[in-house]
Amino acid sequence: MSEFVFLYRGGESGRSPERIQQSMQKWMAWFKELGQNGHVKDQGQPLERTGKLVKRKQKTVTDGPFAEAKDIVGGYTLIEARDLAQAVELSKGCPILDVDGAVEVRPVMKLNM
Amino acid sequence: MEPTDHLFRRESGRMVATLTRIFGIHNLALAEDVVQDAFCRALEVWKFHGVPENPSAWLMATAKNRALDVLRRERTARTFAPELGRMLDSEWTLAPAVEELFGAPAIHDGQLRMMFSCCHPRLPEEAQVALMLHILCGFSVDEVAGAFVSSHAAIEKRISRAKKVMAGSKRLFDVSGQGDLSVRLPAVQRALYLLFNEGYHGASPESAVRAELCREAMRLTALLLDHSPAATPATRALSALMCFHAARLPARVDAAGDLRPLFEQDRSRWDVRVIAEGQRQLDLSATGPELTEYHVEAAIAWVHTAAHGVEDTNWGMIVSLYDQLMAIHPSPVVALNRAIATAQREGPQRGLEEIRKIAHSDRLASYPFYHAALGEFEFRSGRHEVARQHFLTALTFVRNPMERRFIEQRIGACKVGSPVG
Repeated sequence: MSEFVFLYRGGESGRSPERIQQSMQKWMAWFKELGQNGHVKDQGQPLERTGKLVKRKQKTVTDGPFAEAKDIVGGYTLIEARDLAQAVELSKGCPILDVDGAVEVRPVMKLNM
Repeated sequence: MEPTDHLFRRESGRMVATLTRIFGIHNLALAEDVVQDAFCRALEVWKFHGVPENPSAWLMATAKNRALDVLRRERTARTFAPELGRMLDSEWTLAPAVEELFGAPAIHDGQLRMMFSCCHPRLPEEAQVALMLHILCGFSVDEVAGAFVSSHAAIEKRISRAKKVMAGSKRLFDVSGQGDLSVRLPAVQRALYLLFNEGYHGASPESAVRAELCREAMRLTALLLDHSPAATPATRALSALMCFHAARLPARVDAAGDLRPLFEQDRSRWDVRVIAEGQRQLDLSATGPELTEYHVEAAIAWVHTAAHGVEDTNWGMIVSLYDQLMAIHPSPVVALNRAIATAQREGPQRGLEEIRKIAHSDRLASYPFYHAALGEFEFRSGRHEVARQHFLTALTFVRNPMERRFIEQRIGACKVGSPVG
């Protein structure tokens, strides 16, 4: 088993109460299924969409967001999967894809290279 | 824990009403933004951490915190609710004032104010209902459009115009003044009545019975009942009427998803608890000098619920109640229903005579049940081919698959020639 980080980018905004509720139910069902199949190492955390960016030697501090709204990372999850192909397959069930969002699937580097 | 049915939709109305009371009616859009924001936050947090113990309280607290942020940040740049005056200016009074407005009694009061504000006299009835559904019931423009079988663009225009009119009224309607309240109350009752009917008889293409709209109308009516100046005999009669109809909802559509007319409903599926509540409200409505259309309609519905079947229904009483209704609120649909009751008592021939006497029957020309009633009476009179023609006409006006199947069954019966109903 290998570890992967799912980074959830963009998605959601300006939607009706009912759609938000449906979206939530989909997320919960998706996480539940991943968990039941033993793929969730750490469900992770949601991230505020604001923050600060500290840059280079001068340590200049600027306000976030750091990218266009559609690229902002809104949360992450640590996933266990056989290989990258399986992790990608798992990510395809993510509800963020229904709302114009994206999942970035990144293998965690292993100690024993 | 799973979020309960329509949690966000339901909370949306409470939150927007409460925030608008603080921000002022001219800042309705700001209130809606704050609610949207709180919902997005809930979505982000809950999907990772699960739904909290008390999701409503969580949402309200989030809205409150966001409201405080907005008030602190923008109190010099914006004007907020004039009623709150200087309360919002100083930090000493700001937090306690907001705290109080987020208390249960104030949330209740806020919804009432919003309900009365939606029924602004300069707005046409359909705009009032659309606005209520949108603001107080949390229906999106698309969902409101679905409820009224209208286009997104048309409803969007209707709602945004209505919001402008409402914002122009400077402040939310004050429900503590008895005088103003009783002047606008009939409009509020009417809007709730229309909302309920839209759910019960609605022309939605998907389903003939949208229990959700009925439930929302009843929830808002309950707010009126909880506020004694608004709990007038007419409000109670309206509530009774809704109860009697709502009690029949489970039987209105059968297991196969087909529409069941009153005559053929499985009465054991009527909700006796809701009927009992209707009876209680009807008893309470029987005071004061005013006899409203709600009283009469509730009485008609009550006569139906009191019977075990079509045979022991007191049709004579129903006909005379329809006579009263025609005197208070004449309409071709009421006249049609009166004709149907007459036919039950005096035979199909009398029903046909009564239908022919209906004034402005041209307004029924595209109402499928007008043609269906003609078909039914002809059928019962043994003229199956004439009946079939009426049902075929009815078929061209059906508004959803349920009505279609219902009419098609009748057409089938005409071919077979076996008596129905």
